[in-house]
Amino acid sequence: MRTLRLLALGWLFHFKMIMRSAFDGVGQVIYPLFFATVAFFVFRAGDSPRTLLYASLGAAVMGMWSATSTTAGSAMQRERWQGTLEALVATPAPFSLILLPVTIAMATIGIYSLVATLLWGRFLFGIQLHVVHPLLFAAAIPVTVLSFGALGFLFAVCFVRFRAAWALGNMFEYPVWLVCGFLVPLSFFPSWVPPISWALAPTWGMNAIRQAALGGGPLDDLGMCLLLGAAYITLGIIVTDRVLDSARKRAALSLT
Amino acid sequence: MSSVRLFFVGGLTSYRALFYWLSPTIYIPSLLIAPVFQILLFAYIGRSAGLASDKFYVTGNALQYAAIPCLFAMSQLVSGERFQNTLSAILVSPANRIPLFFGRALPVMGNAAFVSAFSFTAGCLILGVHVPAGSIPGIAVVIAVAALSCTGLGLINAAVSLRVRENAVLSNVIFGFLLIFTGANVPLASLPGWMSAVSGGLPFTHAIKAGRRLADGAAFGSVTGLLATELAIGLAFLVVGYALLRFFEWQGRKHATLERA
Repeated sequence: MRTLRLLALGWLFHFKMIMRSAFDGVGQVIYPLFFATVAFFVFRAGDSPRTLLYASLGAAVMGMWSATSTTAGSAMQRERWQGTLEALVATPAPFSLILLPVTIAMATIGIYSLVATLLWGRFLFGIQLHVVHPLLFAAAIPVTVLSFGALGFLFAVCFVRFRAAWALGNMFEYPVWLVCGFLVPLSFFPSWVPPISWALAPTWGMNAIRQAALGGGPLDDLGMCLLLGAAYITLGIIVTDRVLDSARKRAALSLT
Repeated sequence: MSSVRLFFVGGLTSYRALFYWLSPTIYIPSLLIAPVFQILLFAYIGRSAGLASDKFYVTGNALQYAAIPCLFAMSQLVSGERFQNTLSAILVSPANRIPLFFGRALPVMGNAAFVSAFSFTAGCLILGVHVPAGSIPGIAVVIAVAALSCTGLGLINAAVSLRVRENAVLSNVIFGFLLIFTGANVPLASLPGWMSAVSGGLPFTHAIKAGRRLADGAAFGSVTGLLATELAIGLAFLVVGYALLRFFEWQGRKHATLERA
């Protein structure tokens, strides 16, 4: 129960903080709209059988990833710059339980982006969203957010030794948009790309949201999303423990 | 003589000191890898939507991505002075403002041209896009003109950064507008009329058009008009940027708000 309370309060606290940041709260909602607009124009002008609704859902999930990738990459570094990293590491609570809600809060901002993109598509491009399985659609969104947050958590702990972790996180924005099938079906890629896509939870989250909206069975995709999310968290906890252990031994926790 | 020294030496020194993305840990992911993935993303979206060829997206995005180094570097080169508490010292000096600000713009242009050329080459190699060898010198000129043109917009961004605290958000927003309006990914004919009209006055639009024609094998002489227009737009943006910088400097002195954003 204490763990759940820590996770919930950590999430709420960081969500409020991010909402007040111009870069993370406003910028990350507006920025994907530009890409969504380009995607809408491209699909509208093209002769593909894929519909604007297909593009709209893909562009909406792109925004969720944008909200996570750059900021989560530097989540641990931000605490270091603010001088709060030592205090957080010294608390009795496991550090992973402190960091995880931070990245989930970042991914949660993506819901704003998702809604904004769908409304943008609705009012500017006339894209009607008729959700075939509303309940599954509603379930797919938080599951996708959790898996994005889990991947962000893994990024945060893996990039902690890099001074410019944000740049690494930012670097992964386009590749994930590209290979996770947000706007391009995986069948378009060379055969070595889909296995990479399958290891990334956003691929399954995107599938689940699309299947729930357009019709299909999203449960398998949701299951894979949860499974991969749990795997990222487990891996992230192992990496966190090793990184902190190493930092304590070398007295390098506050060094950048 | 001191103005020439300020232009070249001062400009380069300020650029190296204030544009913190020059560190390889930022430069490589943000200015070498990201543009290649932007090209790949839109080339594959184009394939998925069945709209245009890979060459269309390689040329458009390689040129348009020069906006990132131009916008971010120029804003950091001016607003960075404020964050380091050196803005007042710079503006109280009797240094001629033209070499002071334009000297900083020169390395920005060079870097933007390099980023663009690298992205274009990498995009062509990865996607197997063939460009006639005879077109390459012409494309190099297009890249240089596009870099100059966007540096003008960067100077405006730098001036506004004296008033706007979140210059990273501002730079991203301008980049987003350029992504839509310049025709980098959407043929201008497919945009609504008012958007096509706006695009005519923006950096990159004419350079992208010229670059695409050259990549298709057109003679350099056939794009000189486009390049002249792009150059004129760039120079106009540079003049407006400089005027805005002087205006905000005057405002800052008048209201004692130089250090406030």
